[in-house]
Amino acid sequence: MTESTVQAPPASPAPPRPGAAIRTEDLRKTYTTSRGNVDAVRGVSLDVAPGEFFGLLGPNGAGKSTTIGMLTTLIVPTGGRAWVSGIDVAADPVGVKRTIGVVPQNNTLDMQLSVAENLEFRSRFFGLSRRDALRRADQLLTAFGLTDRSRAMATDPSGGQARRLMIARALVHRPDVLFLDEPTAGLDPQTRVNLWDTLRALHDEGQTILLTTHYMEEAEALCDRVAVVDHGLVLAAGTVDELKQGAGADTVITVRYDGDAAALGALAALGGRPGVSKVETDRDQVRVFAQDPGQVLGELISAGSRAGLTVRDAAQLKPSLETVFLTLTGRDYRE
Amino acid sequence: MTTTSTPPPAGAGPGAAPVPSAGAAPDRTVAIITGAPEPHPTTGRTFAAMLAREFRVLGRNAPSTFVRSVVQPLLWVFVFTYVMPKIGAAGVFEAGAARGGGATTFSTILLPGLMASMLLMQGILGTTFPLVMEFSWQRTIEDRALAPVPLSVLAFEKIVAGAFQAFVGALIVIPIVLYVHASGQSPHAHVTNWFLLALILVAASMLTAALGLLLGTLMDPRKMQMLFAVILLPATMLGCVYYPWSALHSIRWLQIAVLFNPMVYMSEGLRAVLTPGVGHLAMWAILLVLIGGAAVIGYLGTRTFRRRVLN
Repeated sequence: MTESTVQAPPASPAPPRPGAAIRTEDLRKTYTTSRGNVDAVRGVSLDVAPGEFFGLLGPNGAGKSTTIGMLTTLIVPTGGRAWVSGIDVAADPVGVKRTIGVVPQNNTLDMQLSVAENLEFRSRFFGLSRRDALRRADQLLTAFGLTDRSRAMATDPSGGQARRLMIARALVHRPDVLFLDEPTAGLDPQTRVNLWDTLRALHDEGQTILLTTHYMEEAEALCDRVAVVDHGLVLAAGTVDELKQGAGADTVITVRYDGDAAALGALAALGGRPGVSKVETDRDQVRVFAQDPGQVLGELISAGSRAGLTVRDAAQLKPSLETVFLTLTGRDYRE
Repeated sequence: MTTTSTPPPAGAGPGAAPVPSAGAAPDRTVAIITGAPEPHPTTGRTFAAMLAREFRVLGRNAPSTFVRSVVQPLLWVFVFTYVMPKIGAAGVFEAGAARGGGATTFSTILLPGLMASMLLMQGILGTTFPLVMEFSWQRTIEDRALAPVPLSVLAFEKIVAGAFQAFVGALIVIPIVLYVHASGQSPHAHVTNWFLLALILVAASMLTAALGLLLGTLMDPRKMQMLFAVILLPATMLGCVYYPWSALHSIRWLQIAVLFNPMVYMSEGLRAVLTPGVGHLAMWAILLVLIGGAAVIGYLGTRTFRRRVLN
């Protein structure tokens, strides 16, 4: 997958590409509230191939969960179209539900049932006989290391176990596409890394996975391709390497000064320097986006002192998804 | 904004052989996909599985459900057909009962009335409370909503499960009223038409469960206690549970006002087929409201359910 293009021209409306696991065209969701319309998703077009591990990366409120909600039929789009395994989500939601497994962000385990029963009944919902369902539940309990908790009520397991159970539950019917909405949010680092191993193993078995995350390192560690999402729009998409070489190829140097903030304007002159693509001033700090960071930091210090500013803090971010995000949105990821 | 990519390397499809990669898959997950039996969901199978899930939960909660279904009618019957006659305070009820249709005991009035009361109580509690829990902050309803059937099927399944509880709740009343009373206070009851009895019980159960679905999808969970004050209590007190409808003729405005209470048609319907010695509403009106009401409220409940599940 080295030929992916970032921000290709809009495709004309067309039926889903044969074999695409997920395809969306200008998918939109606008909520009407008492305080006016809120655009949660403002036209997302994606194309995920079978077997891909695809990540939607963006901060909270970017529209990731709404996008997953529409692809999994529980949120009704207000515009655009979407297909999962070639099935139109709006026209045939039942057909889509047959082919997908979903791990939502919140714990939706059936709290009235035991751990094993959660798997047994989900299997039966998908048409397995009671005997097959029990066998399938056993198989998944073993695979996900939950056998010793099988009789516990679903309210009992720890956060990591509950998440594993939800993934197991999403897999009972061999879904074509597995959706994971922030699967590691709120988990401790050890549990998170274990979960990554499980997801990698699934991917190695050929499972198509769409995952949302607000962890840069999670997207880098797991995903074949990533779409950076913010304010309901896809800002860029491609492999992690492509994104770093493309929009976010710059190293970002951030310097925080003590002194008269008005003097920061003097530093904007650095923008004309070769190799510097952008200079931003923000309150007491200056952010320089540079292909070749070489002397930039030194000049920021000396130019600052000429303007009567002293450096309080300086940081340099090498090209990463974080700098991609900064370059595309002009704001810190974790604001 | 559009993004496209070329497909990944051939052989990476879900049906294809495992793709080798650095750090081979742990053995434990190998069977997850490949070892699964092929699912063949049909609406019927999924519906049956969902009902089976309700019965598994009901079975687990059987002791508390049973207590909920028994205590209320038992206390009612004990106080009004045993304690009150014993302490000589039952005269007022007997007078009311006599108005209904000659010499009759209060337990005769109470048998269909309490059955109707339990139909409503169990139908609503058995549907509304689980729904409100499933729609609350974690939205566990999404577990069932992702099953491969239309959401209307899930809504209908909720009605059927609630109706079952209502039906059983009504049946539990029968032995209690028949056997708990002071001497001489036994109810005068016999079934005039088994088919009509079954039809009325089933239609009334579906109606109360449909009401439960509608309430469960409309009500703000934080205002659940209002359910008793605004719905259950008025419906019961003004539902011809403790007096027959015909006895209200001396309060004409009330006799007409209560006709808007579906509960009246349950009490009177059961009165017609169980205690024919007491006067009752016309059967056509009873069947029209119970069957028509179940259909209309069921339809409305299914719509509000869909709207609550989908965003």
